Amino acid sequence: MDAGIFSAAPALLILGLGAYAIFARDVFPALLGFVAYGLVLTLAWVQLGGIDVALTEAAVGGGFTSLLLVRAAARLRASRVESAQAHVGSLTRLGATLGSGSVALALAVAVLALPEPPLPPAPEVAAKLPSTDVANPITGVLLAFRAVDTLLEAIVLLLALIGVWSLAPDRVWGGRPGPRYDADPDGVLAFIARVLPPIGIVVGIYVFWVGADDPGGKFQGATIVAAMWLLALLAGLTDAPPVSRRVIRTLLVAGPLVFIAIGVLGVVRAGAFLAYPEGWSKPLILVIEFALMPSLALTLALVMAGPPERVADRESP
Amino acid sequence: MDLATFVNLATYALVGLGVFFYLAGTVGLLRFPDTLTRLHALTKADNLGLGLIVLGLLPHVGGAANAAKLLVIWLLVMLSSADAGQLVARVARRMLGPRR
Repeated sequence: MDAGIFSAAPALLILGLGAYAIFARDVFPALLGFVAYGLVLTLAWVQLGGIDVALTEAAVGGGFTSLLLVRAAARLRASRVESAQAHVGSLTRLGATLGSGSVALALAVAVLALPEPPLPPAPEVAAKLPSTDVANPITGVLLAFRAVDTLLEAIVLLLALIGVWSLAPDRVWGGRPGPRYDADPDGVLAFIARVLPPIGIVVGIYVFWVGADDPGGKFQGATIVAAMWLLALLAGLTDAPPVSRRVIRTLLVAGPLVFIAIGVLGVVRAGAFLAYPEGWSKPLILVIEFALMPSLALTLALVMAGPPERVADRESP
Repeated sequence: MDLATFVNLATYALVGLGVFFYLAGTVGLLRFPDTLTRLHALTKADNLGLGLIVLGLLPHVGGAANAAKLLVIWLLVMLSSADAGQLVARVARRMLGPRR
């Protein structure tokens, strides 16, 4: 970057917002600090040229995680646990400061110690990328060279969903998540929930599709699609399905199952788990991406919708 | 003065004006007395400030497709900021009463 002050500004803002999130007096101001922190972090990644990471940070780190935390805080406030938690002890704050401070310091040392020119794997990976027929190096690495990581990420999300569901009381197990939202059907929220989803779904699928050649990918696209569904849900235009419904369960596991099946196929045809047979990498990567995208979108949406709260005996409109 | 210079001058003027509206919006957010007036300041910054910056950048993005994407971003931000402003204003009125 040309001007030092402009490249330093996001870094300083990130440090300041991080400190604010730790030292804010109340939970909600701390959360707002975290949301702004995610936005500035996105800008910093754009500045570094890591557009893929920036998109993921904006969608998953800043958007999804922040909303999840806001929901958690609202639940705490509703159950009055917050009053007990409002006075976060100075010891806790000190621990948080020391923890995040030492992580930041260790990362800074690691980054400054990186050898120049880059380590042997980097040029090797760049040389082998054409064999995958994927033009975006990030997608190539995530689905060809480090496919196990991506598989585990998808499965971790499923585990998170199971964790959310397990908060449901026995009485409503398998029921509909969250309350039934009743917004004014002619109100602003209902209006935007009608106007935005057609655009958002196109953008989400576009971000997913260009991931092969340009920055983008299934996680970011899935988050956008999930957000559109949540918007319609919050506006009361639709209702969350009972989580015991077979279609839902099938869709949730379909993506990871296809991924694992292709991995096992690699053991038989190419000699290693998740190895693609010669000349088949691009089609197989496409199959995995297409299978994972709906599963990820549904998993993210249902994690956000929360644990089941209502018995699913009646079909509501 | 050739065309390129003129276009560059126009960009400086429009982006500078856009930045001014963002600055004014931020000052309003910090200084205005209640929620509704603060919202008013914020949404002006989003709509007008971003609109002027987008207009100023249009000649430099290379191609009609990119220019159209910028315009769509502006439209979407206008849509969402106007709606978010309405929603926050309604909550504020319900919680604080019609006049505060």
